[in-house]
Amino acid sequence: MRHFRSIGEAGPEAVRRLLDLADHMAEVNRRPNPKVPALRGRTVCNVFFEDSTRTRLSFETAAKRLSADTMNFAVSSSSVNKGESLRDTIETIAAMGVDAFVIRHKSSGAPWQIGQWTNAAVVNAGDGWHAHPTQALLDCFTIRNAFGRPDGFDGLKIAIIGDIKHSRVARSDIEAFAMLGADVTLVAPKTLLPPVTDGMPVTITTDLDAVIGEVDVVYLLRMQMERMTEALVPNLYEYTTRFGLTPERVTKLAEHTLIMHPGPMNRGVEVAVDPSELPGSVITQQVTNGIAVRMAVLFDLLGSGANLEDES
Amino acid sequence: MSELLITGGTVIDPAGERRADVRVVDGAIAEVGTDLEAGDGMQVLDATGCVVSPGFVDLHTHLREPGREEAETIETGSRAAAKGGFTCVVAMPNTDPTQDCVSVVEFVRRQGVAAGLCDVRPSGSITVGREGARLTPFAELAAAGVRIFTDDGSGVQDPLLMRRAFEYAVDLDIVLAQHCEVARLTEGAVMHEGRCCSSFGLPGWPSIAEELMVHRDIELARLTGGRVHLLHLSTAGSVELVRRAKADGLSVTAEATPHHISLTDELLAGYSTLYKVNPPLRTMADVEAVRAGLADGTIDAIATDHAPHAAETKEQPLDQAPPGMLGLETALGVSLASLEGAGMTVVDVVAALSWKPAAIAGVDDRHGRPIAPGEPANLTIFDPTEAWEVVPATLASKSKNTPYVGIPLTGKVKHTVLDGTPTVIDETPTA
Repeated sequence: MRHFRSIGEAGPEAVRRLLDLADHMAEVNRRPNPKVPALRGRTVCNVFFEDSTRTRLSFETAAKRLSADTMNFAVSSSSVNKGESLRDTIETIAAMGVDAFVIRHKSSGAPWQIGQWTNAAVVNAGDGWHAHPTQALLDCFTIRNAFGRPDGFDGLKIAIIGDIKHSRVARSDIEAFAMLGADVTLVAPKTLLPPVTDGMPVTITTDLDAVIGEVDVVYLLRMQMERMTEALVPNLYEYTTRFGLTPERVTKLAEHTLIMHPGPMNRGVEVAVDPSELPGSVITQQVTNGIAVRMAVLFDLLGSGANLEDES
Repeated sequence: MSELLITGGTVIDPAGERRADVRVVDGAIAEVGTDLEAGDGMQVLDATGCVVSPGFVDLHTHLREPGREEAETIETGSRAAAKGGFTCVVAMPNTDPTQDCVSVVEFVRRQGVAAGLCDVRPSGSITVGREGARLTPFAELAAAGVRIFTDDGSGVQDPLLMRRAFEYAVDLDIVLAQHCEVARLTEGAVMHEGRCCSSFGLPGWPSIAEELMVHRDIELARLTGGRVHLLHLSTAGSVELVRRAKADGLSVTAEATPHHISLTDELLAGYSTLYKVNPPLRTMADVEAVRAGLADGTIDAIATDHAPHAAETKEQPLDQAPPGMLGLETALGVSLASLEGAGMTVVDVVAALSWKPAAIAGVDDRHGRPIAPGEPANLTIFDPTEAWEVVPATLASKSKNTPYVGIPLTGKVKHTVLDGTPTVIDETPTA
């Protein structure tokens, strides 16, 4: 694997390999000293052109647990110097000696453009509405561990609820869940779906109540408040009424159903109950698992010949 | 006395196709016939195996001067035009300052004359500063030689203002040319709205944004008795609307670009900004509909929408990079490669590149003329079967943003003659 930019580009073999590798990484993370020398001397640069808390910290922690050196480069979208092209920015950082770029960008496709301008590996940490493949990996890892399904998700029913249209998490999750054999249902009004959904491996409904008792995983997406000006839904109360996880809907959930969310959560909107009171919530496990899958990705890209033994 | 002999070619003009040599004396065609003899000191252009046609006329060229000279100048754009076989181009008005007054229009015209490689005809904007609020002085600009008025780069959004423009223009012998795009429907758009944008996670540019304005302007032309030219049509729906308008006898003409008859939205899969263009690359069904529109005459002309951009501006993310691609030097090669399958002959393609756009631009007194004694010698000589590929470094344009690298093209311009003087000989500009 040269880059890790989307689930589709990586392909099913790599996805399964990374999930298996993440099991080893989770084991490393459970050690008293959760650090191995696998990537000693390698440099990972986090280049975040868009704000992020959990993904950036998760990648940085993952790199450090593998003993890689890390550099951080944060550009808020407002301070990007319009005179400097993306290419010049990347080539400048690359000249300092970088083995992998971890890229977060508000523009879909930025990791592909960057891949043309550097010999370093490119890891997509989220590009525009397009892809967030390490999120999809950690979601798959969480589901597979929760249900003990290392061989795949055949027959598993997963509902993804909310703003699919603007969601890189949804696009990557749909690809990954379907790749592993799950039946994916999207629950959203047409205003929050991609303009064309023909050909996507999904079933689509607007009736959350009809599916919520039938699914093994309820995956809630963040309803972005800044989109409220775009007439995508009339108001947040109506959104919650139709598509939120309300106390009434919680009573319909099957006992084993997992509740997932990529964060950050809008309490009172897509999640209208206290998630800590949901027995099926694996939202904090998702965050924990993020480190293991990102270690797996970095190790797979940079760690040829290295091992995962202790530093001692 | 300067004399030029073009030998061995096949002449194509509105009268049809025939084997003939062409002798040019002092800027005008003196003789057309077989086996003309080259006299002493006469310049000879070899046209063996080639077509000799009236010079091409581009209704839609962005020369970028004044304002964006780092991307193109009137001189470099004129050279690119000549290499592409164009003897006349209409310069789009989205310069800085805008071509909305006589002084700017006159500057562009004079820079074209100074370059001397192509007959540069400035368009004028419909609204002051292309801001969509106030009309430019149509009559004053028309008196300065402006024939085509457009806010190209964006459409005139206000339907009342557009109605007034049509009404005011009725007696002025000018053409209002519309960039058809309802801006509210394309805010933030990067590529065609369809299956590809849905999966690539890129904001979509719906066909309806173009078609609504095509429909609006056809109906305004019907209401006012106005004359409208529709720029760079890209959707099957637009072609059908124009087809019906023409059947109704309305005074409507239309153009399509080489890229909208050759490239589709699937090319955005690699997120290259070379494929970002306004209007966007559409689906294969749209490409086929536009080709069919050209073949049946619904669409009158091939126009390049030549849009040079400096490399650094195209090395931005897709949503920040400006739309547009080069067109002048590849127009013939793309058109012949794309339209043969649509049932168009070489004569049909030349018509769409030469005399049909010449009539729309109002330059048909000088360009797109019959190849006959007494006519101005604005001529293009091209090999209609030569297969070739673009090498960006050899482009005459100051910018290199062509999407056609690695794509086989058919038909190459060998020589171009402007007012009896070669501007290109053996594919090489003379100045």
